[in-house]
Amino acid sequence: MTRYKTLRDFPVEEYLSPGSTMCAGCGAMLVLRAFHKVLGPNVVFVNAAGCLTLLQVYPYTPNKSSWMYTAFASAPAGAQGIRDALDILMEKGRVNSFEDLKVVVVTGDGAAYDIGLQSTSGAIERGLDFYYLVYDNEAYGNTGFQKSGATPYGSATATTPPTERNPTGYTGVKKDLFEIWRSHKPPYIATVAPSHMVDMLRKIETASQFKGPKLFIAFSSCPTGWGFDPSLSVRISRLAVECGIWPLKESVYGKVRHTYIPTVLKPVEEYLRHQNRFRHLFTPRKQETAIASIQEQVNNYWLEAAKNEGFRITVAKPVTIAPP
Amino acid sequence: MREVDMLTGNVAAAWAARIADVDYIPAYPITPQTEIIETLASWISQGLMKAKLVQLESEHSMLTAAGTASLSGARVFTATSSQGLLYGFEMLYNIAGWRAPLVLVNVSRAVAAPITLEPDHNDVLAARDSGFIQLHAEKCQEVLDLILIAYRVAEDHRVMLPVIVNMDGFYLSFTREPVYIPSKTDVEEFLPPYNPPHPFRAGRPVVKGAAVLGGHIYAYFKHNIHESLLRAGDVFKEAAAGFREVTGRFHSPVEGFLLDDAEYVLVVTNSFTSIARKAVVRLREKGVPAGLVKLVMLRPFPSSDIMEKLRGRKAVAVFDQNISPGLGGVIYNEVAAALYHVKNRPETLLSAIGGVGGKYTTVEEFEHVFHMLMHPEKTQPGKPVFLFRADELAHVQTALRLAGYTGEET
Repeated sequence: MTRYKTLRDFPVEEYLSPGSTMCAGCGAMLVLRAFHKVLGPNVVFVNAAGCLTLLQVYPYTPNKSSWMYTAFASAPAGAQGIRDALDILMEKGRVNSFEDLKVVVVTGDGAAYDIGLQSTSGAIERGLDFYYLVYDNEAYGNTGFQKSGATPYGSATATTPPTERNPTGYTGVKKDLFEIWRSHKPPYIATVAPSHMVDMLRKIETASQFKGPKLFIAFSSCPTGWGFDPSLSVRISRLAVECGIWPLKESVYGKVRHTYIPTVLKPVEEYLRHQNRFRHLFTPRKQETAIASIQEQVNNYWLEAAKNEGFRITVAKPVTIAPP
Repeated sequence: MREVDMLTGNVAAAWAARIADVDYIPAYPITPQTEIIETLASWISQGLMKAKLVQLESEHSMLTAAGTASLSGARVFTATSSQGLLYGFEMLYNIAGWRAPLVLVNVSRAVAAPITLEPDHNDVLAARDSGFIQLHAEKCQEVLDLILIAYRVAEDHRVMLPVIVNMDGFYLSFTREPVYIPSKTDVEEFLPPYNPPHPFRAGRPVVKGAAVLGGHIYAYFKHNIHESLLRAGDVFKEAAAGFREVTGRFHSPVEGFLLDDAEYVLVVTNSFTSIARKAVVRLREKGVPAGLVKLVMLRPFPSSDIMEKLRGRKAVAVFDQNISPGLGGVIYNEVAAALYHVKNRPETLLSAIGGVGGKYTTVEEFEHVFHMLMHPEKTQPGKPVFLFRADELAHVQTALRLAGYTGEET
C-alpha cells in the first residue's frame, strides 16, 4: 500500500525555494527536495558541516521548515537534544502534540562516514527516533574534494591525486556504512539514488512507519567534484545503479532486501568513464587491472546478494590482463 | 520551610538542578563530576524528579544535545570536568553563539598531561573566551545558590547566555558541608519558568546556527554576545538581590573579607579561599592589616568592582590556581588590566601561583604571600612566585629515588 507508484505521484508541494547557493546539478539537492516532499513541512533538519550548510546563509533561507546547524561531528547528538526536549516538554504539558516535529539529520559523507560516525553510533544505539539522510558524494566536497571514508577505490581527489608513482588515485576501500549501521540493528536503513525517485519516495514512506532510527544513504552525484556536466547528474546516478556500483536496498530490523535488481549488469567502465575523477584510469594509458578490480568487487557483491536473496543476475566480465 | 543537610558539592549541585525543575540532563561520566549525574539519574528513576536524563557517548555530543534541547525550550542542566570540558570545547562557543541559556557545572580538575584527578583551574579558565558566564564557588552552599541564580541570569531576555558554575574537584565535590535547600515555593518565587524566544515548533519554522559570509556579520553577532555578557553583570546583581529576599543569603560578583582598613590584600577564587581566610584572620590577630577579595564572577569580568575594592591598597597579591605557561597566572593579568586605570592603584601587584594539580596550599603559604606583600623589595616586579614547599620537593625526590632514579642518564 504505497502512495507512490509512478513519477506522477511525486508530491507537488514544494518546501525548498529555488535559487539556493548549491552547484547546478547537485544530486544532494534532488534528494533533499524529495525527502522534504514526503515528510511534509513539520520537520527540523539538523545539519553538520558540509555543502548543504550553505543553504542557510544569514539572513536568508530557502526552507519552509526549521533548520539547526550544529557542528561537524555531532548532528545526531543535536537531533537527540531536540527530540528529547520535545518529548519531555510534551510529557510535562508545555508543548502540544500538534507542535511536534520530525527530526531529520542531514549531513554529507565526511560527517557520516568519518568525524560523526561515533555520534551516529550513539544515537542509533539509544534508539533515537529520527531520520538520518547522508548525501554521499564520496569526498569532502565543500572544502574542494578531499578523500573521505566514502571515497571509492580508484577515485582521484585533492588529497589522493593520481601521479606516476601512484597512478590509481585512492587505493583504499569505501567504508560499508550500510553494514556498519546495520550492525546496530536499527528498524530501517535504505540506500537511495536520485535517478530512482519512486524507489526513494516509497522508502521514505516505509521508514515513516517505524519509531527509532531511520537511516538513508543517498547517492549524490556531484558535477563539481566528480567532473561531469551538470545536465548529466541524473544519468550518472542511473549508470551507478545499472552498473551495480550503487545497489538500491533496504534493511528492516536487519533483514536486507534489494529493491531494484539490475538483472544484467552494465560494465563499470560505462559509469567510470563519464567522470573526471576516474579519467586517469583511462588516459594516458588504460589501467586495466584497476578497472578489473572494481568490476570484480561489484560482481562479487551481486553474486553474494543473489545467493542470499535468491534472485538471478548476470554480471559483467572483468577485463583482466596478465601482468607483464 | 527550609531544610539543612550535610551535602557534598556534587550532591548540592544535583539538588540545585532538582529544585530548579530542570527538564533535560544530557550526561557523560568523568571524575570528579560523576556523582552529580548518578544522583540525578537515581532521583529521576525513582520518580522524585520529572526530567529526562540521557547518557551520550562523549562530552562533545553531550554539549551538542544540551544546546539544541535548550533551543527547543527545555531548561537544561549538565556537568563535566577537565578533559571532558576540553573534549567538548568546540560546542562551548556554539552554545554561547546559539544563545542557549543552559547551566553547565564544571568540577575543576587539572588537565593532562600528566593525567591526574585533582583540581586546578586551567580547565575552566580555558573556557573564559567562549561567551559563557562564569561563576566560581567557594563552598557547597554557594554551588547550590549560584546554580539557581545562574538560571535566572541566563534565561533573562537581556542576557540569553549559558553559565558555567565552577567548583573544585575533591575539595568541594567530595566534601560534605551544611547546605540549606530552599523550598519549592521559594524557588518558584525566585525563578520563573523558562520562556524561550523562538523554540523549534511545528508551524513556526526557525533557522538556528546559520552560516554567515563576511566578517561584518560575524563581528555583529560577536559584539552582541559581548554586550549581553556585560549586561549579565548587572542582571546578576538584580538576581542576587531577589535571591536574598527569598533565602536570606547574599551573593555578589566580588566579595570582600576584612577589607575595610586592609592595606595588604589577597585576591583568590574557589575553595582555597577558605584557607586564605584563615591566614588573613591569623595576620589580623598579629595586627597586620590584611584582607581578602574573592572573585565569584570571572565572566563578565567584574573590573569595576575589583577597581573599587583594590583602589588605595598598599599591596595586592593575586593567587592563581592555574598556569599559562610562558605567561604566568591568568587572573593576575586580568586584575592587572583592571587596575591600570585606577589613579591610586596599589604600588605592588604580586602574582602567586599555587595549588596547581590540586597541590594543597597551607595557611602558612598564604601568610608567606602576605609577608612578601609587606616586603615587596624582596620580590621581582611582574615575576610570578611559585608556591612549592621544600617538603614537597623532598617528596618528589624520594619517589624518584625509590623508583631507582640516580640522577644520571643510563
